[in-house]
Amino acid sequence: MANKARALMDGLLDPLARLGHSGLKALAGLGRAHLLLLGILGGTGELLRRPRLLLAQVFNVGVLSVLIVGVSGFFVGMVLGLQGYYVLSQFGAKESLGVMVAASLVRELGPVVTALLVAGRAGSALTAEIGLMKATEQLSGLEMMAVDPVRRILTPRFFGGLISMPLLAALFSAVGVLGGYFVGVGLLGVDDGAFFGQMQAKIDFREDVVNGVIKSLVFGVVVTWIALFQGYDATPTSEGVSRATTRAVVHSALAVLAIDFVLTALMFGK
Amino acid sequence: MGGRQSTKFPDGAPAGGAGDAVSDPVTESATGSDCLVRIRGLSFSRGAQVIFDQVDLDIRRGAVTAVMGPSGTGKTTLLKLISGQLRPDAGSIEVDGEPVETLGRSALYQLRRRMGMLFQSGALLTDLNVFDNVAYPLREHTKLNPAMVRKLVLLKLEAVGLRGARDLMPSALSGGMARRVALARAIALDPMMILYDEPFTGQDPISMGVLVTLIRQLNDASGLTSIVVSHDVCETASIADYIYVISNGQVMAQGTPAEIAAERSAWVRQFMDGLPDGPVHFQYPAPSLADDLLVRKVA
Repeated sequence: MANKARALMDGLLDPLARLGHSGLKALAGLGRAHLLLLGILGGTGELLRRPRLLLAQVFNVGVLSVLIVGVSGFFVGMVLGLQGYYVLSQFGAKESLGVMVAASLVRELGPVVTALLVAGRAGSALTAEIGLMKATEQLSGLEMMAVDPVRRILTPRFFGGLISMPLLAALFSAVGVLGGYFVGVGLLGVDDGAFFGQMQAKIDFREDVVNGVIKSLVFGVVVTWIALFQGYDATPTSEGVSRATTRAVVHSALAVLAIDFVLTALMFGK
Repeated sequence: MGGRQSTKFPDGAPAGGAGDAVSDPVTESATGSDCLVRIRGLSFSRGAQVIFDQVDLDIRRGAVTAVMGPSGTGKTTLLKLISGQLRPDAGSIEVDGEPVETLGRSALYQLRRRMGMLFQSGALLTDLNVFDNVAYPLREHTKLNPAMVRKLVLLKLEAVGLRGARDLMPSALSGGMARRVALARAIALDPMMILYDEPFTGQDPISMGVLVTLIRQLNDASGLTSIVVSHDVCETASIADYIYVISNGQVMAQGTPAEIAAERSAWVRQFMDGLPDGPVHFQYPAPSLADDLLVRKVA
């Protein structure tokens, strides 16, 4: 009887214990991530003295993502042009297509989709690179050469991502507007004067553009931070690096979408 | 446990100087200035697994000291403890008089500038070519002009026989060449000590011969102190001045290669002679084969 009672208690308590263990593990990971971020930021001064390291990472994260961001922006702009035309034409407001395309891109889709694309292309590459450097003892090798791998390897990549993100988001939005123009004006016959005229009149620099840039800067921090942390914290095996890369993309995507909601509520939720 | 065998240094003299050939290791080396690394009461665990349990160990200046033992006994962990990459649970580790386990980051980095480490994989930076890999510590820690860096790098590469490979990328190097480049990088700042982590693993006979010779020659020519962690018994014993054999978190035997060769302990004989069975059983602990085969209910 006593054994049965004990088994019953264990059955009830085990899931609770596992839940607690998972919670503690997640909190420990969050703590390590924040310590890593402090370490990364601690290398800022050193990075300013060696700007070449930063330029190389702006190239790796930013320039190498231009193609996918540009092509995606064009298609997203075309879809917006098409969908917007059919909705707006029902209300006789198809001349406002330019505003709708530009506002959607600058406020939301530009920063968000760019962040998701960068997480998939550059973020996963960063995680895999750092994870493999750990697995092949390159990070330990730097430590043994009295070189701090966080400041030497991670800091330039972090700021490379941070600088690249708003530039890529701007590219996405600009190309997206061209995509919307191509469909709306070129294919569906919207007046091109109205398309750009209303866009110029209704898109506010402070309200729309600056808020979009702020969003993409925040996403730049989040995506690059998650990617670097997952790589640095990866189990140094091929399976560990593979799992870390997957986690980096999934966590980045979820974080971007969740933070976007919060930022949108703060910026536009009047 | 480290003191269970008598500690004698390569020339047969005790660590502290004149005296009997066999003496108490702790008291002798504690006062000896020729002891570069002094480990006392080292304990280290990973979870429930005890890696080291109250280990004492001395590394003499200018000598090649081998640390041998079966895989998974904590040889690489020992190097990481000595270099401050890991902190011990208990005990002290002094390198050149500095207590590694209590050093702050800056002091530890200062100490590491006087150490080199050859990793099992070489740990070359894969985005840099051979020349830039060897030049890396010089560029990071000195203000030498590029012409001087070039000369030094070429000299280091010449020492390991790879001056002609300066423009190759690490992916184009064989395993043996990668370790030689890593060795050139490890000696770039003219360290006082080099830690070798399994330098002979996976090497063909020629590469192994080259590495064996290089380790000994570099040690003698540059006045280094070398700690070679390995389970390649013959190669390591051929260049070592002193050998520690560790297992189960303790020092099982220590002495000169001749003394280790004469050691009669069944465990040491099994390890040194590569016997498949003995105190270390061939079979991993398991219920009897009959019990296992007669189990009716298979999960």
